[in-house]
This record gives sequence, C-alpha cells and structure tokens, in this order.
Amino acid sequence: MIFALLQRIAQMLFVMFGISVLVFLIFFATPGTDPAARIAGRNASPEVLEAVRRSFGFDQPMYVQYLTMMKKIFITGDLTSFVNRGWKVVPAVMDTIPVTLSLVFGAAILWVVFALIIGIVAAATRGSWVDKTLMMLGLIGISMPVYWLGEVMNLLSQNRYHDTWIFSWVPPLGYKNFSDDPKGWFLTLVIPWITLSILYIGLYGRVLRAAIVESLQEDYIRTARAKGLSETRILLRHALRTSLVAFVTLFGLDFGALVGGSALLTEVVFGLQGLGKLTYDALLNLDLPIIMTTVLYASFFVVMANAVVDLLYMLLDPRVRTA
Amino acid sequence: MLKVRDLSVAFRTEQGMVHAVDDVSFDVGEGELLGVVGESGSGKTVSLLAVMGLITDPNAVITGSIQYRGRELVGLKPREMRALRGKEIAMIFQDPMTALTPVYTIGWQIAEQVLAHEKISKAAAWQRTIDLLAEVNIPNPRETVHRYPHQLSGGMRQRVVIAMALSCNPALLVADEPTTALDVTVQAQILDLLRKLRKNHGSAIVFITHDMGVMAEIADRMLVMYAGRVVERGKKEELFLQPLHPYTRALLDSIPPLTGKKPKRLRAIPGAPPNLLNRPPGCAFAPRCIERFEKCSAEPALGYGMHTAACFRVSS
Amino acid sequence: MTVASGTLSATPKSRGPWATALRRLLRDRAAVFALFIFVLIVVLCLLAPVYAAWANTDPFTSTLDAVVHINGQDVPVMEQSTEGLGLGYTPIGPTWQIGNYFLGADNQGRDVMARLLYGGLNSLLIAGMATVVTLFFATLLGLAAGFFGGIIDTLISRFLDILWAFPVYLLAISLSIVLIAQGLNLGIITIESGSLWLPIFIIGVVYVPYVARPIRGQVLALRESDFVLAAIGLGVPSYRILLRDILPNVSTTLIVFVPIMMALNMITESALSFLSIGVQPPDASWGTIIQDGQNLLYTRPMVALAPGIAIVITVLALNVLGDGLRDALDPRSKIRIGRS
Repeated sequence: MIFALLQRIAQMLFVMFGISVLVFLIFFATPGTDPAARIAGRNASPEVLEAVRRSFGFDQPMYVQYLTMMKKIFITGDLTSFVNRGWKVVPAVMDTIPVTLSLVFGAAILWVVFALIIGIVAAATRGSWVDKTLMMLGLIGISMPVYWLGEVMNLLSQNRYHDTWIFSWVPPLGYKNFSDDPKGWFLTLVIPWITLSILYIGLYGRVLRAAIVESLQEDYIRTARAKGLSETRILLRHALRTSLVAFVTLFGLDFGALVGGSALLTEVVFGLQGLGKLTYDALLNLDLPIIMTTVLYASFFVVMANAVVDLLYMLLDPRVRTA
Repeated sequence: MLKVRDLSVAFRTEQGMVHAVDDVSFDVGEGELLGVVGESGSGKTVSLLAVMGLITDPNAVITGSIQYRGRELVGLKPREMRALRGKEIAMIFQDPMTALTPVYTIGWQIAEQVLAHEKISKAAAWQRTIDLLAEVNIPNPRETVHRYPHQLSGGMRQRVVIAMALSCNPALLVADEPTTALDVTVQAQILDLLRKLRKNHGSAIVFITHDMGVMAEIADRMLVMYAGRVVERGKKEELFLQPLHPYTRALLDSIPPLTGKKPKRLRAIPGAPPNLLNRPPGCAFAPRCIERFEKCSAEPALGYGMHTAACFRVSS
Repeated sequence: MTVASGTLSATPKSRGPWATALRRLLRDRAAVFALFIFVLIVVLCLLAPVYAAWANTDPFTSTLDAVVHINGQDVPVMEQSTEGLGLGYTPIGPTWQIGNYFLGADNQGRDVMARLLYGGLNSLLIAGMATVVTLFFATLLGLAAGFFGGIIDTLISRFLDILWAFPVYLLAISLSIVLIAQGLNLGIITIESGSLWLPIFIIGVVYVPYVARPIRGQVLALRESDFVLAAIGLGVPSYRILLRDILPNVSTTLIVFVPIMMALNMITESALSFLSIGVQPPDASWGTIIQDGQNLLYTRPMVALAPGIAIVITVLALNVLGDGLRDALDPRSKIRIGRS
C-alpha cells in the first residue's frame, strides 16, 4: 500500500518535471526563439539586447536558467514577470484561481447532473426515438466550438434579447467576487456555466449511455432479472452502478484539465480573468515566468486529478480495492 | 406444476428467422427433478429462459403455452412475471464467475432478492442470508456475507448463487448447467448440495446439462433435445437402459458406462448439429444418423406415451 | 440474448470483413447522409475560386470603397456609421443575393461568403492533414511501444504520459505562439512562418497520445496472440510481422479514428485561429472569420455566425460518420468522440 502510494507520488513528480522541462524547451530552445529580443522590442540595438540578456540571466547556461526559475517558483516564490517587471507571478496566479474554480465547479455540477439524466433516460429507452434524439442532441453539443457558442450566447443575452424578460437579468461581462456580491457572482456565471457544460453534457451523456447499455449485456443483469427485481432497480442499482467507473475516470481527467487552464476559451469569450486567460495573455507576451507557473500548476491539477480518479476507482470498484 | 405446450422461440436475425426452440412440450411434477440434455445450441437453455420470462431480446418471438400451477406465463404482464420470478421460480446460471454483480457484497445481493419479494425487515433479511449461506455449506457465513464476489472461488460463488435462488423458497428451480464451469471435485460437491437441498426444500428442479453422467446421478425423468426439438422423453432408468432415439443412444455411447467393462474407445457423434437458420426438412438428426432410411426425409413426431421418441425407427 | 453459440455462427454466405463493414455502413442511413453532407461541403469549398471569380471579388484584399448594386441601387460596402460621432464604418449586412455579398462584408469590406468558402478549404485541409500527421506518428509510436516493449515501451509511454498530462489547448497554444513568429526549422524540414503547415504540424502532434495509447494497447494484445507468437517462433523478421500481421489488424482502429480526429482537429484549428495563432491573415479559415466577426458581433452577427454554423455542420457530419464507421467496423471498440 505504502509502496503503491510512493510509486504514485514518484510518477506525479516525474510527469510534472517532464512538463516543466518540455515547456522550458519549447520557449527557450526552439530554434530561432530569443526571449531577449521579445523583451527588448523589435528595433532594439545590440547593446540593449545584450543588457536585457544579462539582466534576465539569458546568458547563463540553460540548466542554470531552468533551476533558477524552479527555485523561484517553488522555494522563494518571488518569481517576477518578464514583461511587467516587479509583478510577482505566484500571487498573480493565485488571484485567478477562484475565478477558474468558480467557473469549472458550476459547469461540472451542471454537466454531471444533465449527463446522468440524459445517459440514464437514453439507456432506459434504448433504440427508441427518445434515445436517438438525445444522442443526436449530445452529438450536436460535442460539435460546437465552445468559444463560438459563447459568442452566440453573448449575442443573445447581451444584445439581441437583452431587453426582453428572458435575458434582462444577465449582468455585463466580467467576474464578481463571491465574497463581495454572491448574487452578482452567480448571475455573471450562469451563461458561462451553461456554455462550458454543453460540450461535456453531450460527451458524458453519450459515454454513460454506452456504458450502461454495455453493462446491460452482462450476465449479472440476467441474474438480477431472475431475482425478480424491477427494471428500474436493475438499471439504477446494477447497470448504472457498474457504469460509473468509466464516468468517474473521464470526469477526473476533464475536471483536472479544465481547472488547469483548459477553460481558457470560455474565459476569453466571457472576459473572466481566470487561469486560462492569464496564461493566454502571458503567452501572447511570451511572459515565460507566468507561463511556467501556470503550466506547472495546470499539470499539477491534471496529475492530482489522475490520483483522485484512482482513489475513486477504489471506492467504486471493490475489485481494485481489495485485490 | 409446470406444463409447457408447443413452445417455440424464434429470433429475427439479419439472415432470417432462427428457430431456436421448435414446438417443445413437457411437464414437471411437484418436487420432481427433470433433466434436460442436449448439445449446446439444442435449445435447452432458451426454452427454460422462456419459462423464466428472461428472453428480453426484442427480436425474439415466443409462441405456445407455459402454465405454472394453472397460470399462463406466456404474455403475462412483466410486473406479475417479476413477482413470480425469484420468488416461486428461481434460476441458477452456468457461470458463477459472471453471474454476480461485482460491486456489491454477496450478502447485499441475496438480501436484495429477499427484500424484493417479502415484507420483512432488513435485519431479518440479513439473518436469512446468513442462514442460507450456512445451509449451502459456506464456511464462516457471518464474515462471508461481507465478501465481494471476486474474493470467492468459483465453487463458493456457485453456492452463493444457489443460496440466492433458494432465498425465497421457490417451488420450481431452473438450474442451467450449474456444474459445467466448475472443477470436477467441486462439481460433485455442488451436486451433493443440490440433492440435499432438494430433500430439504422440496422444490421441483429442471436441470439442464449436456453431461449424461450428471443426469444419471440425479434426474427422475429426462428430456433429450436436439436442434430445438424434443427427440426423446422418459424416466431416467428407461432412457438409460432402453434408449429409443439413435441420438440418445449416440449420446450414451459417448460416455463411459456406469457399470460393467469399459469399452476400448468412446464413440463420438460424427457431423455437427444443423443450422437452425436453414433447417433442412425431415428429421434434423438424419444427416448424422447411422440408422436413417427413406422415411427420415419426413418429420417424425413425438409419441404420447411416458417413454417416447421422435423417430420412425421406433414407431415402425 | 442467449442464442447459444453455434446456431448463429454459420452464416450462409461469408464475405470479407471490409465488404461486410461497407455493407453495414451503407445501411446506416444517418452515416450515409452525413457522408453526403460532408462531401457536399468539400465540393462547395473547392468551388471557392469559381465563386470568387463569378462574384468578381478578391477575398484577400481590403475593398473598403467597393460598391454593391442592390435592386438597381448603388450601395457602398462600408456604410458611414450613423451612431455616436459617425466616425466609424459599418460593413454591409447580408444581401441574400448569391455572388453579391450574400452574407455581407467584414470590416475590411471583403465578401464574407467568398472568404467562408476559401476559409473552409483551409479548415478542411488542416483538419485532414493534421489527422494524417497524428495517425502517422501515433501508429509509429504505438507499434514500436507495443511490439518491442521493454525500454522502448517505457520511454515512449512516459513521453506520452507527459504529453497526456499537458492540457491539449495549452500545448497547442504554446507551440503556436513560439512557432508562429519564426516558423520551424528542424534541419531537413523547414516550415515558413505563416504557412498552413504550421497549424497542421502543431495540431497533428498534440493529439498523438490520444491515438497512440489505444494503438499501443491493441498491439500489446496482438503481440500475445497465437498467430504472432507462432510467427515469432518461426523466426519471421519483426518488420514482416509488423507489416503483415499487426498493421492490418490495427488499421480498422485507425480508420475509425479518421473522421473523429478530423472533427476534433477542425475544432482545435478554429480555436487556434480564433485566438489569432492559427491560420495567419490574409489567409482565412473558419476560425479566423469568427475572429474577424467578433468586433462586429452585435452589429453584423452574420460574419461570426456563418463560419460557426459551417463548423458545427461539418463537425457534426464527421462525428455521425465516425459513429457509423465505428459501428460498422468495430462495434465493440471503446473509441469515443469529442475527447479534448
């Protein structure tokens, strides 16, 4: 048990290390990239360029630069932005986390609830027009680019139908702190939540239906029928229960990726200063310290999510738990 | 108690209708053990699944009559069938490894059935579960109830499945090859157990198998099926000592005899069962039969006696 | 449910697996319809130059002073704004006359319909080529890891783990931002900045783990199968086993992946282009047109709506086709659509 845990942690550290090296290499070792040139500006003189290089430490060997950066992120926590000197990166990243967490948590609740409903109803009515309609709606949800859906939502709720009763409650774009204004927090996030969750509702509804239908072919379902249980009980207590493993696995990975910055497009479209938006702005400026920090944070969440999924696996599947 | 008349089960497939069970009739008396033998694909499992109302394939067409204690089961409302299933008619399946839901303890699964049919407290259902496990000779029933299926051996799981089937004291028990998936030593234990339980509970049992040896041990009466039809029925002793149908004889030839000198070689039946999709006219066994003659191109019918076979050699 | 084996196994006529799959696919009406829609979209986009010539418009240069004839009247493409200080210009909205600013103009006075067709060509090209790149590298890595095992497997699997833990969009965006400015120079291969090959390469690479992992799993299973073990035992060289025994078995999975990856790539490409790090101006793709339309969203929503609708229809058609292909070729497979 302890060995497995240690192995798990070692694996996490390895993946995070790998990602940090990968990001570092992408930005510092790609042929033709010169962060100094970016910082100094397009028409900087060679002297200025040299000064920038020295002041940011770009003249040092690659591994020294890497280690310095890691030290500043994890040990001293005083990494500063390249673009906006003196701007501390770690607190800046911390500031964005409530925004992203609010967005992703709300969307996750929506998508789990609706995906469960869709998956169960479609599996219960498998083969019927209800099933086919739900699956087609799910597929449409999967086929919409999230940022475009966000724009359409904005068009409807901020402009075209903003003056009607349907969307008159929608506040202007932006984020409000939960502690300052809980009602405003909720209202500003409703449309982003819906937008972000639609893709996942479609995806998870389809996955769940497929898993339940597959479970229904199993021998133990026949046993359950032979026991004289009702179809509802067979569906919910036997087929759904064994299908949840696949559902939970997927959820952990997607949730981790979203918290780690994959909600970027939604954040950009709705003007939410979350982690994804921060990363994106930093990417546009090639602000490496921010990128390194956010990407490490992102990978941390993905890897954590993987670990949590393993744990949930053990809770859901006794075969793994007691093997 | 169980009267099956002209039961047919057909499946619509891409290539056409597959007649898995064709005009099958048989009776089971109270407390009797009816053995159903046949190769895989002979329709023995499908006909009993039809009795259980467990054929859920929307492409299945079931015709004929199944009467349980005077009640017609074909076309019975699902709700009423459900009340019967697990309570009055229970089933034991072939593969104990996959017959239990992997995510619940065995105790939970047995108690679930008890609670579905009887208005008793959870504690009482749990106590009944422990008693049942003890009855099927599971060691430490008080601890084992908390075990998950994967933690038990195949033999133990089959005991759990049997305990589950017996949990509501069914009048009829359908056992579909309950020993086939088990080791030989475990097989003998399970057969012993079934024999003991039959004595204690007095349930009638329909026992499906392809193993004539098992039949010889436990059956009262027997039914031999081939290609979806009954080819011979009779008391076990009659059937073993005076087999009428060439197929029954061939089956008996393929196992070592119970008494006497062992033959040098066991005979296998040449050929394979017919394709149920394009069933050739006439006797289905004729192509593999060493005794076939002109008449076999017609369809032989089963006689009405206690011991009878669907073969022209018999009636002529 | 329980038709005992043996009764159904003997089919009257036996066909090859590919013919059977094709027959099943053709009977799937939704899939056939989706294929028709997809082909229609491809053909329409291929006709982009014809449309542009016929409409007498250049979709790649600003035409702020162009004039349209509508119902006998001359209307400037860029109308003086009547709101506020009246300083800005608003492009003309949809005229709904084919060949005549059907969907209106964008903020540079260019015909949106013509750009939509040209953009679609790029979007389809990138989605398709990126799929080829993904499948190629994924097959290579999956085969190597699954077949040779040992240290090769460990190295490849760990590398894929790292890519896997990297949110796809962040990786794609990182690569795009670095490469978009100066292109890529890998010694033998040089990709100019602004070339379509850049998004193709980037999108192709980021999805490699999604395909390589299932391929590796399949190869691992095949590696232990009797016929491969027999071939190894007989001393058949590895490359022949890979080519003759394993690759054909993996190919159904690869084919099922084609429409699914194309759909995914199309969405990814549009997202990168929307963030202006995909296709570079004056070239167009559906994503860049949505980006162009963002500032006009409340005044001329059609600029952003039309390419979005085009993406949804195309991706939907590909996904339905992917569903049909999976059911026809490999009904038991676990490949899922829309994983991102």
